Amino acid sequence: MRCQQCDKQAMFHITELESGEVREVHLCEDHARNYLNQSEGTEQPAESAGPLGVGQTAEELSALDQKVCEMCGITFFEFRNQGRLGCPHDYAQFEQELEPLIANIHGAVEHTGRRPRRPAGGDLPESTESLTRVIGLRKEIREAVEQEEYERAGTLRDEIQHVLDNWHAGEQAADGSDSVRPTETPSN
Amino acid sequence: MMKLDSLTTSIGEWLKGTGPESDIVMSSRVRLARNLAQYPFVGRASDHERGEVEQFLRSRLLRLPSRLTLEYVDVGGLGELDRQFLVERQLISREHAEAVGSRGVAIDPREQLSLMVNEEDHLRIQCVHSGLDLEAVWQQISAVDDEIETVVPYAFHSRWGYLTACPTNVGTGIRVSVMLHLPALVITRQIDKVFRSLHKISLAVRGLYGEGSQAFGDFYQISNQTTLGKTEQELIAQVADVVPVLIDYERRARDFLVRETEQNIHDQVSRAYGILRTAQTITAEETMQLLSRVRMGVLLGLLDDVDVADINLLLVRTQPAHLQKLRGTELDTKDRNIERARFLRKYFETGSAEAN
Repeated sequence: MRCQQCDKQAMFHITELESGEVREVHLCEDHARNYLNQSEGTEQPAESAGPLGVGQTAEELSALDQKVCEMCGITFFEFRNQGRLGCPHDYAQFEQELEPLIANIHGAVEHTGRRPRRPAGGDLPESTESLTRVIGLRKEIREAVEQEEYERAGTLRDEIQHVLDNWHAGEQAADGSDSVRPTETPSN
Repeated sequence: MMKLDSLTTSIGEWLKGTGPESDIVMSSRVRLARNLAQYPFVGRASDHERGEVEQFLRSRLLRLPSRLTLEYVDVGGLGELDRQFLVERQLISREHAEAVGSRGVAIDPREQLSLMVNEEDHLRIQCVHSGLDLEAVWQQISAVDDEIETVVPYAFHSRWGYLTACPTNVGTGIRVSVMLHLPALVITRQIDKVFRSLHKISLAVRGLYGEGSQAFGDFYQISNQTTLGKTEQELIAQVADVVPVLIDYERRARDFLVRETEQNIHDQVSRAYGILRTAQTITAEETMQLLSRVRMGVLLGLLDDVDVADINLLLVRTQPAHLQKLRGTELDTKDRNIERARFLRKYFETGSAEAN
């Protein structure tokens, strides 16, 4: 996708919410910097909604921006700039922060559509939140390898396999099939 | 690896020109955005993780319990022309074609289903039928989605529903769209009014080719904008309910044109037809606009030696990548315009798009 203001590749995909209207802005790095400086540079009066559309003060926003996802490491600031979340755990990690944004976009804060049909008789939860822990563990493995802590990397790898196996066991309990198994490749 | 060349001579589902209301409704489409719970979203995944996600999904899509026949295309390994070709057939998005890194698409032989791997979300399932057929599309895609879910742990949150990289898709992850051909509303300058009223009921409208209301060839896509807080059925109904109204407006506008301006409209259609049959060089945009006029003319009974299904076929085959694949060689813009004109002349001489 091209930047809306020049021919460069758009790196920033910003979702603006203005009086309930969703507007997407796609910009290259340079134009995004200008754009973001303009829209949040000086202190905004609390009643003029910032990009989140919920009327936070600049201070509140900056505190919010520093929140980090424990699994994928994305900051709320990065999310606001890119308009894309980092991993499924963000929805749990930033639940409070996302709520006003999602309410603005959808006019609702609760899913009412179809839900996963996990195999009957299995003990799998409806939510896949337990699986998202693997994302954080993989990140830790990368860090361990960088520090040359290979033993720790090995332990972490076992832990990942354990999480995936637990999920797998829930499915096996249901139908004995092994086709669902999320396996881990060791080449991190 | 699918032989893309075999697709050049076939016709995709959405251009068949069959199905209910197919004089105005080109196609009905539903897409579902899904992600794996155990990986970061595509935009934040490392190259290695992206590769794993692709491997994970590819292996499972290719051996689903129902033995659904799907061909997997490694989009990352395709050249630019082939990627463009898949975009023109609406089997992958422009973003998917232009992205970098491990990614692919699984396609069924009828080209009704396409499953993009590593687009903005790990998996984007799309199902399309010709004409107005949303209910059948939903039945088909939800069966496929259910089946994949038995072998893939889709990221799901009890409150937020299916989790997506962009919060604008969260919940159902569904985008319901209907593609309409609305030339008479464009000619009678009512199209903007129609769009404004659609926006008020939170439906999005965009041109099939080109941006905003500057759509080439008067093809427009109507789709839902929200994905959370309503069931899939309700979101489908939101789009489905408005389509008969639009069909009615377009039919009335067509009647009006024939009744009040018959000579004028007959002249416009005939001139469009004349240019398509005789031009020596022609751009994709002009072709699209003229084919749109001719399509309307055929449906109004002003032209009788052209078949609507063939017009649909020409709409795709005159696009850049299709032209080059059919010709079997890469062509620059200038040569493409010459080749396009040649292709059109030949079609209208022999009266068959197959003859080319």
